[in-house]
Amino acid sequence: MQILIPIIIVVAIGVFAGLLLAFASKFMAVPSDEKTEKIRECLPGANCGACGYSGCDGYAAAIAAGEAKPDKCAPGGETAAKALSEILGVEIETEKKIAFIACGGNDENTTKKFYYDGMPGCAAAALTIGGPLDCEYGCMGYGDCVKECPFGAISMKDGRPVIDENVCMACGVCVDTCPKHLIKLIPENSLARVNCSNCKRGGAVAKACAVSCIGCGICEKNCPVGAVKVVNNLAVIDATLCNGCGTCKEKCPRKCII
Amino acid sequence: MKTTTMIVSIILAGLLTNNMVLSKFLGICPFLGVSKKVNTAFSMSIAVTLVMIIATAVTYPIFYFLLRPDFEYLETVVFILVIAAIVQFIEIFLKKYIKPIYNALGIYLPLITTNCAVLGITMLNVTDFDVNAYSFGKLYLFSLTNALSAGLGFMLAMVLFAGIRQRLETADVPEFMKGLPITLVAAALCSLSFLGFAGIGG
Repeated sequence: MQILIPIIIVVAIGVFAGLLLAFASKFMAVPSDEKTEKIRECLPGANCGACGYSGCDGYAAAIAAGEAKPDKCAPGGETAAKALSEILGVEIETEKKIAFIACGGNDENTTKKFYYDGMPGCAAAALTIGGPLDCEYGCMGYGDCVKECPFGAISMKDGRPVIDENVCMACGVCVDTCPKHLIKLIPENSLARVNCSNCKRGGAVAKACAVSCIGCGICEKNCPVGAVKVVNNLAVIDATLCNGCGTCKEKCPRKCII
Repeated sequence: MKTTTMIVSIILAGLLTNNMVLSKFLGICPFLGVSKKVNTAFSMSIAVTLVMIIATAVTYPIFYFLLRPDFEYLETVVFILVIAAIVQFIEIFLKKYIKPIYNALGIYLPLITTNCAVLGITMLNVTDFDVNAYSFGKLYLFSLTNALSAGLGFMLAMVLFAGIRQRLETADVPEFMKGLPITLVAAALCSLSFLGFAGIGG
């Protein structure tokens, strides 16, 4: 009999707590918008903040209120955008994008103007007379983007960051992080990429890095479909025109188109 | 001891000498997990303080009238059950009636359901005060004060440590010590410094 009383106490408290919660959830239920719930279900729930809202819940509420467009979810990509546009009854166009670091420099092919031993991180190094590299537009490899990537898609390899394109969700966090603005969001299936961001021309650029774009314009002259233009001494490829023939890659004297 | 002296000593003990995190090693999980930024550490501490007080308000009468003196061994089971239910209830209640607070506390409230600091304070209330020496009213007052000061002590430790960690971010730490190792070393030093307060309580 001695065992019965404690059992009764615990069961009674359990039942009371259960009933309390059951009633509370029934009578204090907050009527949530059905549309918001549906929208929220289509979002991946990564809470990465790429959309610019506090998280997936915040973004769902903003879409439901008509304050945001449904194509801002980078991790959800095309599937999420399609599902959302079905709920909302609007048409949108999206294509899968990935982040791309437009710099081919590494410890072998670049030269340094000084040895940097200050606060760790790209942001601090970039503030120190533009960083240790001779190339003002080059990746210094202190890995700020590696630290910031919410999906762990960026890793360091031979002293420079490398983006795993299968993991990248194109959320754009690294684009904002890079103090040199080297990272761009490009279409995943782009066939030719300019692997340099240096918009100066001539000898100084060529000396600073072995794989720099010097703005010579050979690619522009040779492209059979006119997809390559040299803007600001830097080759720019129009992905909508490029047919992937590879002429620019062959002709580039600096081998900076990949 | 007079009631007022007792209350002052409870508050001092909760804040400094018997600090929840740095002396009793309770609530280490949020101490390491949510202390990366000062403002998140602050929100978490507010939520913990709130839940500690409400949990004490509910569990102490249950202990005093229901479990004492024969079933004191049930306190762990019963307290876990009650605290989990209370936190759920608070969440529902806040969502319905005080939406701004619900939004501010956000994820921290459900996290507290399984926080050992909250369970710890309710169980310490039971052992800290001599049940036979005081009336229920006084014991209840002491317990609530104890919960409040433990919560504030938790907040002090969290905010102090978050400040230290923010400075660690920019410090040049050796490669093998980066991340958790240096954080634990900092936590140990922080705890050691609180040991210096041990003399105050007498």
